[in-house]
Amino acid sequence: MPFNILVLTCVTYVALLFLVAFVAERRAAVGRAGWLRSPAVYTLSLSVYCTAWTFYGAVGYAARSGLEFLTIYLGPTLVFIGWWWVLRKLVRIGRKQRVTSIADLISSRFGKSNLLGVIVTLLSVVAMTPYIALQLQSVTQSFGVFASGTPEGWALPNRDATAIWVAAGLALFSILFGTRKLDAKEQHHGVVTAIAVEAVVKLVALLAVGGFVVWGLADGPADIFRRIEASAISDWNLQPDRWFGLIFVSAAAVISLPRMFHVMVVEGGDESHLGRASWAFPAYLMLMSLFISPIAVMGLERMPTDANPDMFVLTLPLHEGQGALAMLAFLGGFSSATSMVIVEAIALATMVSNHVVMPVWLQLRPGVAMTGDVRGVVLMARRVSIIAILALGYGYYRLSGGSVALASIGLIAFVGAAQVLPAMLGGIFWRGASRFGAALGLLVGLLVWAYTFFLPSFGADGVIPAHVFADGPFGIGWLRPQALFGVSGMDPLVHAIVWSMVLNASAFALGSIFSFPGPVERMQGAAFVNVFDEDQTGPQGWARGKAEPETLLLMAGRILGEEAALAFFEAEARHQGKAGFLPDASPEFVELLERRLAGSVGAATAHAMISQIVGRAAVTVEELMAVANETAQIMEYSARLEAQQEELTRTARQLREANEKLMQLSIQKDAFLSQISHELRTPMTSIRAFSEILTEGDLPTAMVAQYGRIIHDEAIRLTRLLDDLLDLSVLENGTVQLNLGLANIQTLLDKALAAAGSTKPERAFIILRDLPAESIFVRTDADRLLQVFINLISNARKYCDNPVPELKITVRQRAGRVSVDFIDNGSGIPKESQAIIFEKFARLSDQSRAGGAGLGLAICREVMANLGGQVSYLPGQGGAAFRATFPLRLERKLN
Amino acid sequence: MVRRVPLFLKRRSYRRRRLRDAARLLPIFGAFFFLLPVLWSPGSSPAHDTAPDGVYLFVVWLLLILAAAALAPGLDSAADDDGSES
Amino acid sequence: MSHVLLIEDEPNIAEAIRFILTRDGWSVSTLQDGAAAVAAVHEQRPDIVILDLMLPGRSGLEIVETLRADPATQSLPVLMLTAKGAGREREAAERAGVSRFMTKPFSYAEILASVRALAGR
Repeated sequence: MPFNILVLTCVTYVALLFLVAFVAERRAAVGRAGWLRSPAVYTLSLSVYCTAWTFYGAVGYAARSGLEFLTIYLGPTLVFIGWWWVLRKLVRIGRKQRVTSIADLISSRFGKSNLLGVIVTLLSVVAMTPYIALQLQSVTQSFGVFASGTPEGWALPNRDATAIWVAAGLALFSILFGTRKLDAKEQHHGVVTAIAVEAVVKLVALLAVGGFVVWGLADGPADIFRRIEASAISDWNLQPDRWFGLIFVSAAAVISLPRMFHVMVVEGGDESHLGRASWAFPAYLMLMSLFISPIAVMGLERMPTDANPDMFVLTLPLHEGQGALAMLAFLGGFSSATSMVIVEAIALATMVSNHVVMPVWLQLRPGVAMTGDVRGVVLMARRVSIIAILALGYGYYRLSGGSVALASIGLIAFVGAAQVLPAMLGGIFWRGASRFGAALGLLVGLLVWAYTFFLPSFGADGVIPAHVFADGPFGIGWLRPQALFGVSGMDPLVHAIVWSMVLNASAFALGSIFSFPGPVERMQGAAFVNVFDEDQTGPQGWARGKAEPETLLLMAGRILGEEAALAFFEAEARHQGKAGFLPDASPEFVELLERRLAGSVGAATAHAMISQIVGRAAVTVEELMAVANETAQIMEYSARLEAQQEELTRTARQLREANEKLMQLSIQKDAFLSQISHELRTPMTSIRAFSEILTEGDLPTAMVAQYGRIIHDEAIRLTRLLDDLLDLSVLENGTVQLNLGLANIQTLLDKALAAAGSTKPERAFIILRDLPAESIFVRTDADRLLQVFINLISNARKYCDNPVPELKITVRQRAGRVSVDFIDNGSGIPKESQAIIFEKFARLSDQSRAGGAGLGLAICREVMANLGGQVSYLPGQGGAAFRATFPLRLERKLN
Repeated sequence: MVRRVPLFLKRRSYRRRRLRDAARLLPIFGAFFFLLPVLWSPGSSPAHDTAPDGVYLFVVWLLLILAAAALAPGLDSAADDDGSES
Repeated sequence: MSHVLLIEDEPNIAEAIRFILTRDGWSVSTLQDGAAAVAAVHEQRPDIVILDLMLPGRSGLEIVETLRADPATQSLPVLMLTAKGAGREREAAERAGVSRFMTKPFSYAEILASVRALAGR
């Protein structure tokens, strides 16, 4: 096949990709991304995992080591079907924190540390350079296959020129679609769509070649099965250490490869897409590997023994005269290589510009955040980075001479990328992970990987002299690159995986345990680990009021672009309830702005730039933390004080209440004594005065008799008062002796009326009674009940002021209780006095006292209480109305 | 701030929780089956068992994909509820 | 003959005082209700007023305050009687402006001496 046609096909294909990318970009720009952001495109974009290494190298791998090539796809399968564990959290964090790359993730997690960003960037560039070289090599090789016209071998007149053309073309594509704009979220619809198309092409190509091999060359699956059993592949024996190690390292790589992180987290960033990809991506991988073994077996069978198995996908159809199929296979391999290089270059360029170029540039020109053209600088940095990265890849390709088998280069990159894993997983699952630990782990991992795997891959005397392999550096045997600590005889790959991962993870863990994280770090740690908690707040590092919104807008405009910045500010202003374009520079807003900027230039750079405007943020945060700590202590202390205070208040209140009660008792006692004194002194006065008058001796007889009677009456009054007082005292103490017996109410009322008749006998009362209703036998203390009745009737006789006095007595029996009402037709007792009439000495007026001391109703109340009943005033009966209620059958109290 | 979580969940929430448990278990099962060949193959048997091993691995692979596909829609719809890890 | 107005609601006590003072040569008129006291003072123009502290109608203290507020009766001698006899009542009475305070029960000689002292005899 003429070389020119091949080139023409390639150019046409690339032109097609350009068109696809261009259209996608345009559609996204006008907001009609639609299917571009569908789960299908997301899944297909993940297929950048399958590079030329998969497309060509897997067959070679299978030809050399049987089924071992499968491990490279089984690891990612496990990671994806287990997306609920890690990927979901990564994607959520990526979306919330606007992560721009894996270096940004690590840097942001560990307190926006740029040092970590630099380390991860360095590690990634070093590890990915051979990988990119591998892609260039495979594309160059595939060109060679066609150009030579002899499928068995491959010789390209000027393969270096080919490689440089390929590299330049890829750089151009990456720059055009990867650095067209500086998006708040690092998303490139054009590139993603183009690689989705390429994913389809490479799958179709591989399946087509596989189908041709199985059904065209062989006689269906069963035949292939037999051929595999018969072939040299079956001589392969599974090596447990490699099997395990490779599954592990490929699982690690699918998370930590910069390009995988880029398409999975940065470009995608939707959990529902991830859910679909959790099974669709493993299915893609399975389809990709389905025909690898058959192709390898048929290649080994049919092709000359000196044919490169890495090229079987291409050379086998050519050998069988299937030119069109070979062309399809060529495009498939071309797609694999280009998609990988483009995405990797964009991902690495983002890292380099955000973590190396920008910080250095900001350092060199402080204050530039306000004045310089940041946007242009960032974009230019990325473009230069892309070119530099491809140049590095090309350099490596030239250096290594394109001689190493594809698979082993890929594995070097995988193990290198896996060094990020401990810091990453530790960072999102362990709040105790610290910046120091992460840096230590990464550096140790990087060194061990380089020393045991990367540098030895250049071969003996490549970088490391042969005698070091044999005897160790300076003759230290236990430092031999492929037998660290004297553990010799291990497979070099497994050796590198074990030591790099163990030492890396240990350094990370120990470094974290023995260091103390800074405040920003701790807050970021909490934000990452607890990303699923709803109301978690990010670190609020910005003090209020130090930044002018105008300045912030100016800076944001330089990074996001004028229009985007204005739109963002306006939206935030509206959110704050303000009109116009300038929201208040509240800590929340500055934090939000920082995250938005972080989406363009990375967390560390965004933090540094905002620091220039807002002030020394780190100090502010530390101050905040210090204040928070103090506040926490104070709060704890004051909580204790508060508890004590509360108890004191409670005690004081109890004391106050007790005191008030005592005071009241004291006042009551004083009043009572004063009353008693008055009631006693009044008759005493008369008795004393008249007895003295009588001793004068010269009084007329009539007067002597009159004064003698007065003395007698007052003495009786005094006696009755004392009786009442004693009675009341006994009743109140509850020590009264009750003589329980049967009594008829009617009889009691008869007696009471008769006895009360002596009170104001001159008044003729009309007594209204219902005799049949009164004939109730009750079990009670009849004398005490009679005492109450007499008292109530006497009161009526004393105080009823109607000229035609009337007393109505009503007896009722209800539910084992008897009530007797005494209602007269006088003016009654004023409402305000009704409450106090049962108190001692509560005589309302002295107008008609008839020897009473105001103790009558108080005694009635106590008697009724002792009889298990009560006496109360009935309001609204037209006159004074009292009701005595008591039980029909009073049981003797046991005590 | 302690949020009180009811002791018993509604049937739907309960199903969703168990679905998540299944999603977490799936890769563990997968790892076990992918590593199983280690137990029977290594060197000891001179038999040429590469082809049957390959078939075994692809069958396990397919089953895992089907299982993940069966679980994914349920997990997907649950993605936006409380999200707590219990 | 000097005139005494006695305002006391206990009829027996009033009778006793009336008897004692009449025998000493005083003309005595008695009143049981506090409400009519001030009017009676203006009407009878007594030389001395004997007043119970606790009266129906109007309390003795109020009556004294009213009398002391009127220039015509400002310096009228007032003897206050009470059966309560606590220090608090005595203070209140002195603040109201009574001339003399006496606690019940009192002796024949005491009441006579008090009234004589108030009359300046």
